[in-house]
Amino acid sequence: MSAEVLPYTIKPHPVTGLYNGKFGVWLFLASEVMLFGALFSTYIFLRIGAPETGPAAWPSGEETHLSWKIGGLNTLILILSSVTMVLAWVQFKMDNFGKGRLYLAITAILAIAFVAIKFKFEYAHKFHMDIVPSTSVFFAIYYTMTGLHALHIIGGVVVICYFIGPGAKLWDQNREYYTNRIECTGLYWHFVDLVWIFLFPILYLL
Amino acid sequence: MSGDHHHEPSFIRKYVFSVDHKVIGVQYGITALSFLFLGFCLMMLMRWQLAYPGEKMPYIGNIFGEAAMPGGVMLPEFYNSLGAMHGTIMIFLGVVPLLVGAFGNYVMPLQIGAPDMAFPKLNMMSYWVYFVGGVVMITSFFVPGGAANSGWTSYPPLSDIATAGQTWWLFGMVCLITSSLLGSVNFIVTIIQLRVEGLTMFRLPFFVWAQLITSFLLLLAFPPLEAAGVLQLMDRLAGTSFFLPEGLVVSGVLQTQISGGGSPLLWQHLFWFLAHPEVYVLILPALGIVAEVIANNTRKPLWGYRAMIYSTIFLGFMSFIVWAHHMFMTGMGTKISAFFATTTMIISIPSVVILTALVISLYQGAIRFTVPMLFALAFLPMFAIGGLTGLPLGLPAADIHLHDTYYVIGHFHYVVAPGTIFAIFAGIYFWYPKVTGRMLNSTLGYIHFFFSFIFINIVFMPMFWQGMAGVSRRLYNQTVYAHGDAVQSLTVMSSWGAWMLGLAQIPFIINFFISRFAGKKVSNNPWHATTLEWLAPSPPPHGNFETVPVVYRGPYEYSVPGASEDFNPQHVTTEACSSVS
Repeated sequence: MSAEVLPYTIKPHPVTGLYNGKFGVWLFLASEVMLFGALFSTYIFLRIGAPETGPAAWPSGEETHLSWKIGGLNTLILILSSVTMVLAWVQFKMDNFGKGRLYLAITAILAIAFVAIKFKFEYAHKFHMDIVPSTSVFFAIYYTMTGLHALHIIGGVVVICYFIGPGAKLWDQNREYYTNRIECTGLYWHFVDLVWIFLFPILYLL
Repeated sequence: MSGDHHHEPSFIRKYVFSVDHKVIGVQYGITALSFLFLGFCLMMLMRWQLAYPGEKMPYIGNIFGEAAMPGGVMLPEFYNSLGAMHGTIMIFLGVVPLLVGAFGNYVMPLQIGAPDMAFPKLNMMSYWVYFVGGVVMITSFFVPGGAANSGWTSYPPLSDIATAGQTWWLFGMVCLITSSLLGSVNFIVTIIQLRVEGLTMFRLPFFVWAQLITSFLLLLAFPPLEAAGVLQLMDRLAGTSFFLPEGLVVSGVLQTQISGGGSPLLWQHLFWFLAHPEVYVLILPALGIVAEVIANNTRKPLWGYRAMIYSTIFLGFMSFIVWAHHMFMTGMGTKISAFFATTTMIISIPSVVILTALVISLYQGAIRFTVPMLFALAFLPMFAIGGLTGLPLGLPAADIHLHDTYYVIGHFHYVVAPGTIFAIFAGIYFWYPKVTGRMLNSTLGYIHFFFSFIFINIVFMPMFWQGMAGVSRRLYNQTVYAHGDAVQSLTVMSSWGAWMLGLAQIPFIINFFISRFAGKKVSNNPWHATTLEWLAPSPPPHGNFETVPVVYRGPYEYSVPGASEDFNPQHVTTEACSSVS
């Protein structure tokens, strides 16, 4: 079934106000909330269950070796990338393909910067200090949550690069369809950003 | 439909990597039925060890090799693998893919008048990810140490330290979860967005409502298991201790290489947060199928259609806050137990409302005892037995005695086997003419039904007595205990019931394949049904409907006074229905 025959592929449904793709992305994000929600619950469960003292006790701020400065810088980078993502969509909406693509590229670069900082200054640094996931449950949950988040970022970069490169063909065929897809990518991107906004305080600050 | 200008797609695009919801539905159906059969075979092997512990298995004992069955006698490890994989295969590869992947995919878009699912490519991907998950699960039988052997629930710490098969199990589960996630997004969007003109939410067949709520359960309940799976993979591969406490002793050896600090309870919470809604994933679409069959074969509207829908919504919501009734014995505390016992009692109310509505629907109906109707009728008392025997398990005091005994096995198998699987059979007999254009043979169908009905009760009924006698569900050989030995005769009876049940499926298998070519050819609407899928040609072409239908009425307008026929299809105008022909 080609896309044109299915109703509401591009135009929004009169009742829900959503085209199919956008509705689908919202549902997907709902499931993502449950995925990360389970991991946040795990964090709470482990932290509440940790003993006051002893080797299994929850580590203090210094013991985690997590720098809030690096984490804060990464937070800033991600927030900025969310802004450029919206700007890209706005440009496509206003029919400025070149500018839109530029903002997409900036978003991708910021995302890559986030991942690079994460791996170079955090993971590599900790591996160097012999801090690995099996060191303690704190580092187990730290590596699992930030690792899964980083995978989401990388997934987002792949999608964004697709729309800068081969996916851009769609712009010539159907501008509205292409812009819709950028909007969906943006929804996902803001969600990934939002997950980090929660990860940052619970791992670096609390 | 634009299908007219398309050149004919190649064989691969049409039947293998198809994006047509009907082809994908059939793919799901065939694959899942094969897995259902495989899971059943695993169980028949286990039943030999249970009935005749330590004896050489006749005829086929030697084909499983020395690692699993030396001299034809089953090893305990192999028995555990069979148990874990029976549960996993039946639930995640058999029943759910049949109910949602096969029936949902094939019937639901037809019932809402849509040309296809909202995301056809996603639909195809969801099948193939499921397929890969199934292959991973089967392959795990051949890795050193055999397939996963920590039970279908995979409780740590046992599963954390189990053989490599457990890692394969986790990878397989991640595939299956991803597949249901893709499917559920697709289902919800399709049901909300693609209904044809006039088909309001309260004109939807109950089956579609059941699929909608089921999709929400899959969407929101599966991700926590995915998270739990990732955590267990970390425990197994990266040496973390999410589920391992400090001071863990395995086979008398203190585990010093692990950091500790985790908790096995964490897994149980995450697992049952999925697995309780999963129970309703197993039952809601089955109720949907039964509702369709009952309305059609009583020639009456469903009694309490709206009450059934509201109950389903409420059930879906409540299913997220009952999970810890599986964990009363873990020592999580009386207050928490009291909360979950209360919610469990509350959730039984909407289930009873739905079942009661279905029973009342029979009252004063002109019942046609067709094969699908027999399965649907048998479903009602079977599901009732399964549901009512669950109540004692939901009360912590009674659960102390019954927990992890054969009583639990009897309880949930009554829900899933003579319950859900009978509904699946009802659905297959009911919609087979839509898929193939031919009827299944009803003589073979009656034979299949009567023998299945008798033997399935012989399999599961004795389990209630065994359980109340205190026999644990995980025993490899219950005769080594006095209380187990005392009820061994019931185990033997149950085993013979299972093997006979296997024989009773032969008429169905023959019927299923032969009728595809030799069954009686029928019109588009052989059951004189009202819903939209019967408007489409049998089998429906690519794009489903010749013209986009418009809906004028609710789904079950049977025997309307003054109408010319005893059924008013949803797509026919009121004037056309009442004109005396």
